[in-house]
Amino acid sequence: MAELEAVIGLEIHVQLATRTKMFCGCELSFGDEPNVHTCPVCLAHPGVLPVTNEQAILYALKIAAALECEVAPHSIFHRKNYFYPDSPKAYQISQYDIPIAGNGRLGDVRINRAHLEEDAAKMIHVGDSGRIHGSGASLVDFNRGGTPLVEIVTEPDLRGAAEAAAWARLLRETVRQLGVSDVNMEEGSLRVDANVSVRPAGSDELGTKTELKNMNSFRFLERGMEAELARQRELIEGGGTVVQETLHFHPEDGTLHPLRSKEEAHDYRYFPEPDLVPIAPTEEMIREARESLPELPAARAARYEGMGLAEDVAALLAADPETAGYFEQVAEVAGDAEPRVVANWVTGELAAALRQDGGEATAAESNVEPGALAALIAMVQAKKISHGSGKTVLAALVAEGGDPEALVDREGLAQISDSGELESIVAAAVEANPEAAEQIRSGNQKAIGAIVGAVMKETKGRADGGEVNRLIRERLGL
Amino acid sequence: MIEREQVLHVAKLARLGLSEEEVARMAGELSGILEHVDRIGELELDEVAPTSHVVELENVLRADEPHESLDRDVALSQAPDPIDGAFRVPSPQAEG
Amino acid sequence: MADMLDLTAVQAKQAMASGDLSPGEYGDAWAEAAAGDELNAYLWRDGNGDAGAISVEKPSLAPVAIKDIFCTEGVPTTAGSRILEGYRPAYTSTAVRRLIEAGAPVLGKTNMDEFAMGSSNENSAFGPVLNPWDRGRVPGGSSGGSAAVVAGGLAPWAIGTDTGGSIRQPASLCGIVGLKPTYGAISRYGMIAFASSLDQCGPLTRDVRDAALMLSILQGADPCDSTSVGLGEAPSLPDREDLKGLRFAVPSELARDAIEPGVREVFEATLARIEQLGGEIAEAPLPHAEHGISAYYVIAPAEASSNLARYDGVRYGMRSEGGGDLIEMYETTRAEGFGTEVKRRIMLGTYALSSGYYDAYYGQAQKVRTKIAADFSAAFAEFDFVVTPTSPSVAFGLGEKTADPLAMYLNDFFTVPMSLAGIPAISIPAGLAEPQGGGPQLPVGFQIAAPAFAEQKLLDAAHALEQAIGFDTHPSGAPYGPQGSKKRTGSEEGGEDG
Ligand SMILES: [Mg+2]
Ligand SMILES: [Zn+2]
Repeated sequence: MAELEAVIGLEIHVQLATRTKMFCGCELSFGDEPNVHTCPVCLAHPGVLPVTNEQAILYALKIAAALECEVAPHSIFHRKNYFYPDSPKAYQISQYDIPIAGNGRLGDVRINRAHLEEDAAKMIHVGDSGRIHGSGASLVDFNRGGTPLVEIVTEPDLRGAAEAAAWARLLRETVRQLGVSDVNMEEGSLRVDANVSVRPAGSDELGTKTELKNMNSFRFLERGMEAELARQRELIEGGGTVVQETLHFHPEDGTLHPLRSKEEAHDYRYFPEPDLVPIAPTEEMIREARESLPELPAARAARYEGMGLAEDVAALLAADPETAGYFEQVAEVAGDAEPRVVANWVTGELAAALRQDGGEATAAESNVEPGALAALIAMVQAKKISHGSGKTVLAALVAEGGDPEALVDREGLAQISDSGELESIVAAAVEANPEAAEQIRSGNQKAIGAIVGAVMKETKGRADGGEVNRLIRERLGL
Repeated sequence: MIEREQVLHVAKLARLGLSEEEVARMAGELSGILEHVDRIGELELDEVAPTSHVVELENVLRADEPHESLDRDVALSQAPDPIDGAFRVPSPQAEG
Repeated sequence: MADMLDLTAVQAKQAMASGDLSPGEYGDAWAEAAAGDELNAYLWRDGNGDAGAISVEKPSLAPVAIKDIFCTEGVPTTAGSRILEGYRPAYTSTAVRRLIEAGAPVLGKTNMDEFAMGSSNENSAFGPVLNPWDRGRVPGGSSGGSAAVVAGGLAPWAIGTDTGGSIRQPASLCGIVGLKPTYGAISRYGMIAFASSLDQCGPLTRDVRDAALMLSILQGADPCDSTSVGLGEAPSLPDREDLKGLRFAVPSELARDAIEPGVREVFEATLARIEQLGGEIAEAPLPHAEHGISAYYVIAPAEASSNLARYDGVRYGMRSEGGGDLIEMYETTRAEGFGTEVKRRIMLGTYALSSGYYDAYYGQAQKVRTKIAADFSAAFAEFDFVVTPTSPSVAFGLGEKTADPLAMYLNDFFTVPMSLAGIPAISIPAGLAEPQGGGPQLPVGFQIAAPAFAEQKLLDAAHALEQAIGFDTHPSGAPYGPQGSKKRTGSEEGGEDG
């Protein structure tokens, strides 16, 4: 039997960071007292009508642009009818057959659709783990009810749990950089559900999928998908079949359990919302959305790789626009130093130096002026100081800022350029280590370390390692 | 013709408790009404666009500006079972 | 005081403006008249008991009776349903707010078919409204209370809502003027939804000029209603006296044999009068109008099934004491809170939307709607107006049609097509006719429909015709004002019982 490949599609709910709700003027909030942000509209009192929040449309258009989606010339809202206390109207205003955006892609994952809808209220199940079942009563808090959401649905293009989690991170980063959402999984402003199935590698049919919910961190998302893929593979290899169902992830033990559906009869009776008129984004709205896009992580990473950065370093910087900006400023004034080298200093030595004794500052916030780092890198490249001394200077820059040249002089770290001086130090070191010298002559190259160490000790690291090696061999007549 | 089972299914969807007597009456009445309504099924309308709005409006949008929300006491004043600043409901049962 | 109550709303406005009429005395006289309600027409009256109040800075208009489907802050609003018994809205509907701001005090809130579902007002949880012309008969519905208070001298004018005829049909059965404006002319905000794509607020008045005045106050786009557009400019008071150069279409398919003989006579006589006034009468095809009822009784219940899902015993209104889990609470609350007709329509609408039936019912009905609108557009390319009787019959007896829902639905035969097309239509009293099976003569309504947003033209023509007909909207011998004169015979039932 062919080995089973994973087929994963994601459904992502993004809470938009508008000031007010989707269809009323109540302010959005998180963690406030229950039911302090409600009005007749979001409590679904008799006679009220929804009015669409323009900002939510503009934010959705930004997401559509970032995901390279086609925007529907006329998209409409539908009513999704179901009874549950978190849905005050007993229908959710959502988009159904004509979503505002579709046919996009992010990285190499195709986006099926992105549509607008309103969030449900929060239910606290009294004396209960928070899952749907349990006894006693539930309390409803309508503060969250009506928060604007964009639901993004991918094609089943992901082939593994790690790949899917990594892509979800890229999406989170992309949406965050658009400035349209807090994308905080713990707080629920980003919610990722996964449709998971397996199939014989190479087959183009889709296996029966299960839907995974409640994975409120990327770690849980990946663990949840891994666990479910393992379960499905075992099941099928054991001759069993997968049943389509919704599985609820339990953070406590990382297990998945079938979720009792809210409605035992799933028939949402969608029909066009008669209280709202079509959304027809104007050319201007669409252009504004496109033009407002920052350079997004995928594009930025590609550009950095073009500049010669390693893939992982490029991705690291692209995910952190602030540090990326800092990197570009340094590279700007770094003269001959290659961007690759600058990037390694920024993400390597500098990042480490900043973390020293629990530092919190980012590169951009730090005392290390881009020009100063550029100068420091230049000195190391020009062998004015050794790499080791470079780190010492960097530590000083992080601590007090200032000009690296001045620090080099003050600390007396300038590399010994007078070769006469270095030669005599080497000579002395060779004298002092006769047996090491003997071993080297008899071909044991490793033994040179002892003499180099002695020289470096004597010069306090101000000598260039390569030069020292050369002089020792010369001294031994090799 | 609407069967008893359909009446029960629809009543479930509508969260409408019906007495046995009502179920029986509904089956008959709905059948009668739908018999009349079914005549439109005979019209040849494949090419016709459906009308869900008679007004020709689009992009009726609201500026993203907060309004005054209700005082919580007012919001809860009409509730059958308010408690601790929230609306209390019986818990949904697993077997619901 | 009777003469004071004889003033139309337009006359009263002028008299108050010129200082010839004291708003205080006038208001008191109407409050006294309203207190004499023996028709079960009012569910709430201003100043009766502790049940809230609606204040007006300085009254400058006749006090108005409001159908109890309009939310009024702090004042009970029931939509004629048990499920909203005791509900006091936290806000006021745009229509009522506009009236109050214009200086019209609210006289009271009128009885209605539950959630506006009915054509006889027998579906109110608070008892049927009696027809002031014959208390053994229905006033029509669903705005029966608003029609009865105006015809019965319990209010100078009123507002109601019309989804498939709920203003025009009771106006017809009570012998007054009822106007359903173009969909979108008046805000629906705060008007409890029955069928959102059809519901429209409108005036019930003694004459066409009062209707014009009321419409000029109510109309206008509202930021709280995305589907409201207003009329562009407020209509002015009509004073046209002839119909010269105007073309009136009678539907060629008009099912004359479905119309009561007496109603038919009055209809034909009215057509003759139109010609006397210089108007032209011809037939125009409206081939799909006959399918109006079918389309309407799919679309309206479907939207209603969704609009009424919010009455779930969670945030306001009644909750069953039954106990049990969440689903039991829903089912018992809605079982106890809703009346028979509302349950019937919720079932019908839920069925029409449920998976497997959507295309055959809801989808198909929306296409019929398109065809009906197209029929009207074609007619209006050649004609100024389309005319029909408003109702196939005069007021029928209480309980006469309650057993047969379909027969009841067919009362809306002539009014539903205009609702589906979203166009304005007015019913004016055209004369009296003896009901089938005999009995004292009762009012007959004449319906005139116009193209969307042609309200001014519609009001002008209706006014000219009304003046020529000279119908006396004071039912002789009907309870009129506080003195209540002699009463017609007939059932006194109804009243408080549910
Ligand atoms: Mg969704
Ligand atoms: Zn709100």
